[in-house]
Amino acid sequence: MSTFVYMTRCDGCGHCVDICPSDIMHIDETIRRAVNIEPNFCWECYSCVKACPNHAIDVRGYADFAPMGHSVRVRREEEKGTISWKIKFRNGNEKNFVSPITTKPWGKFIPKLAEEASPNQGEINSQRLYTEPNGLNIDGDLPTISKDTFKKGVYY
Amino acid sequence: MFYNNPFSGLTELVSPLAVQGFTILMVGLVAFGTLMDIIHKKNVKYFFNNAKKAKQNAKVVLSTGQRTSVILKTVAHDIATTAELGRGKRRVAHVLGMYGTIIFWITSALLIFSFPTAGSTTPSAITIMWHVGAIITCVGGYWFWLFLRVDVLAEAHPWYRIIKADLFVLALLACATFGLAWSYTQFSGMIELSYLFLVLYITSNLVLFGGVYWSKFAHMFYKPGAAIQKNLAEADGSRDNLPPLADAPKQFGLGIKREQPKHY
Repeated sequence: MSTFVYMTRCDGCGHCVDICPSDIMHIDETIRRAVNIEPNFCWECYSCVKACPNHAIDVRGYADFAPMGHSVRVRREEEKGTISWKIKFRNGNEKNFVSPITTKPWGKFIPKLAEEASPNQGEINSQRLYTEPNGLNIDGDLPTISKDTFKKGVYY
Repeated sequence: MFYNNPFSGLTELVSPLAVQGFTILMVGLVAFGTLMDIIHKKNVKYFFNNAKKAKQNAKVVLSTGQRTSVILKTVAHDIATTAELGRGKRRVAHVLGMYGTIIFWITSALLIFSFPTAGSTTPSAITIMWHVGAIITCVGGYWFWLFLRVDVLAEAHPWYRIIKADLFVLALLACATFGLAWSYTQFSGMIELSYLFLVLYITSNLVLFGGVYWSKFAHMFYKPGAAIQKNLAEADGSRDNLPPLADAPKQFGLGIKREQPKHY
């Protein structure tokens, strides 16, 4: 639904103000802490949540698909190059994921696609995206899941 | 000037008891303002509710010794060095302002209560510390005000734009600056100017300590509490619902460093 800020955690550093693509994270004029000035315009990109060094920003989900009691929280560890996610359902179930940070430094490593060779038909038909797997900075090939493990009755 | 006890000169105008009474009044104003702030914002209620929730989600029951250890580590690291501000200029400026203010206030109290009269010999160490405290406060405070404030750094507002959130830092800077100016003019024999700066020093103290309800003065009480709660939540496994620390292979991700928030 939209982001909100835990005031006791925020120290008004401005990272969320800087990164918000909708320019709706601002600094409150009374207490100099971050505030979402237009919650309706927030599209939950989680940029500010990930950028916040103090884990002071959280997101409220829409009540129809994310009923009360759930939580989605993020921990960014730049020294390890990881973003960890913890999804907590209202029945108490928890799921934890760890993803690599793929963000590039500002203004650097912008691919010059016009100068790149056109992809051949094999690459177009491939499931891989541009620069995968090298761009993900992982050794070897992308992980795969065997079709035997798929849920029965689902066709692919 | 550094050997001058500016408060002893005050005895020519008012009795030491009046100055001591004023100091006690300022302490009372801080307590009253903080209490009103707590009642208005309900932040202490939120804090304890949050602590209760964290206790319910705890994966480990911490012993008293473990809790004490976490609290002591938080005091030594997070609070004493304002670690939440990361490694950067903001942290250095905050540490300068924080320790400058603490030294300035403690030595002010010592000068007022222990060496109140012109006849008493004030140890030079205390008067030097009073001046040094004020100077350090000014260095950290003006650095923050002119360059590091988020309004200037991340929101691109000019440094001279003043908002309500500036009440605390400006009043604190005014106290330190007018205090130094008062001491200097008193020492140099500029009587009229010293009276002017004395009046400004008293006014800025009234604004600083009397404006607790409207300013962010009380953050110096809330922030340590929040830091302790955060570290206790990490230690007992509740972690405010945050995921655990990643156990990732070395090649995971680019891990780029956060940049200064200045890409407005």
